[in-house]
Amino acid sequence: MSIEIEDVHKAFESKVVLDGVSLDVREGETLAVIGASGSGKSVLLKTIVGLLPPERGRVTVDGEVVTELKREKLNELRRRVGYVFQFAALFDSMTVAENLTMGLRRIHGMSVEEMARRVTEALTLVEMDGYEDQYPGQLSGGQRKRVGLARAVVTNPKYLLYDEPTTGLDPVTTAVIDRLIAKLDEELNVTSVLVTHDMKSAYRVSDRIAMLHEGRIRFVGTPAEIQNADDNVVRGFIEGRPELVQEASA
Amino acid sequence: MAIGAAAGFGRFGRFAAQVGRSLTDTRTWAPELMVQMARIGVDSLPIALFIAAFTGIVLALQASYTFTGAVPLYFVGVLVGKTMILELGPVLTGLALSGRVGANIAAELGTMRVTEQIDALETLAYDPLAYLCVPRILAAFIMFPVVVAFADGMGVLAGWLTSINLLDLSTPEFIRGLRLFFLPFDVSFSLIKASSFGLAVSGIGAFFGYTTAGGAEAVGRSTTRAVVASSMVILVLDAFWAVILL
Repeated sequence: MSIEIEDVHKAFESKVVLDGVSLDVREGETLAVIGASGSGKSVLLKTIVGLLPPERGRVTVDGEVVTELKREKLNELRRRVGYVFQFAALFDSMTVAENLTMGLRRIHGMSVEEMARRVTEALTLVEMDGYEDQYPGQLSGGQRKRVGLARAVVTNPKYLLYDEPTTGLDPVTTAVIDRLIAKLDEELNVTSVLVTHDMKSAYRVSDRIAMLHEGRIRFVGTPAEIQNADDNVVRGFIEGRPELVQEASA
Repeated sequence: MAIGAAAGFGRFGRFAAQVGRSLTDTRTWAPELMVQMARIGVDSLPIALFIAAFTGIVLALQASYTFTGAVPLYFVGVLVGKTMILELGPVLTGLALSGRVGANIAAELGTMRVTEQIDALETLAYDPLAYLCVPRILAAFIMFPVVVAFADGMGVLAGWLTSINLLDLSTPEFIRGLRLFFLPFDVSFSLIKASSFGLAVSGIGAFFGYTTAGGAEAVGRSTTRAVVASSMVILVLDAFWAVILL
């Protein structure tokens, strides 16, 4: 397994968000994590990359236990992971090219020419070439998300973590971003975890889907399997029928 | 309330210790230092000089008004020099910069926190404390004394111009008063205070900004807290240095 999450617990003051989550992500696959808003999907993603340390449990990425790594080792691991934020989290004061260069600057011995070449390649991959000198404030929501994707892949990571990359986008732009994610996963041969509550996105890009409900993994299976699931909580969520979820939870 | 304040001091202490540890990451903070020195120091000069000029004018006029008949008028130079260098130069500049620099740092880091830009830095293998906090705090520590030195000079200059133009005082008389009780230590005292104010303003601004949690409202709250807390700390430090060094 390339990412192993074992019995992870996380709470914010008295609110328990993750209550013993265990999940494995296989090498080369794209796993979508779905669940209601506030179910802890983003928190789970942040524990994978060490942004939020869990109170209990273990997270292993690429054979290294994230929860036990010192800062230097954690930074080495993070160079192998690309993270796409929900609202892109681009650095406002920097141009698109400078945003992409930030990650490259942490790679020892890379020349300025090599950085420029990689930036151009990454922007071409997300169909944003020519926008190098623009500032994030000059871009639309969809364009910002694409630059966020480019920033995540410019360092050639082995793992890609997507935190709701299509939230707030219109259906057409959502489909474009989904196609980009599928293309990146295929061309770069990475292992990906995609957090989303958009079922269409989950079906389009993932090999397997895991559903997070009340702090635990409720279901893991292929897109075909989840569509035929008997569990009313799962069916209620994917079909958008809250009465099924309430019935099952009662 | 006492428990809340103690917890706040504890969090600040932990933050300060983490920033101290991040000082070793020179590769990350060194390239940012000059940029921050320009933003915090050079860009603050106009407001500092403006405040100092009017303070110098008022000091000269009020000294003349107070001394009338009882004290020789050249003592205006004593009062302008001593008051500007020992007290008003550093303190008024510090208070003005707590609004300009402290608020700016808190708002900038707070916005970066709530828009996940600080998380993004971490995922790109940066230590955000080394990249964001260390250069701002070091720049303020270095540049506040520079700004205060200019402010002290501007205050004295404005006091002199006021004296020769609006009061019945000549330049040699003003300079006589200025030199009468002047000690080189006065300048050191002014600059030591300024450095400590720089540390306080930037450290408090960075702390409130970096630890912001929530949305736009939280950024506003952090900014206000940073300005209020750093203004209060400046006044406490002012008294502290007077007790310790004078």
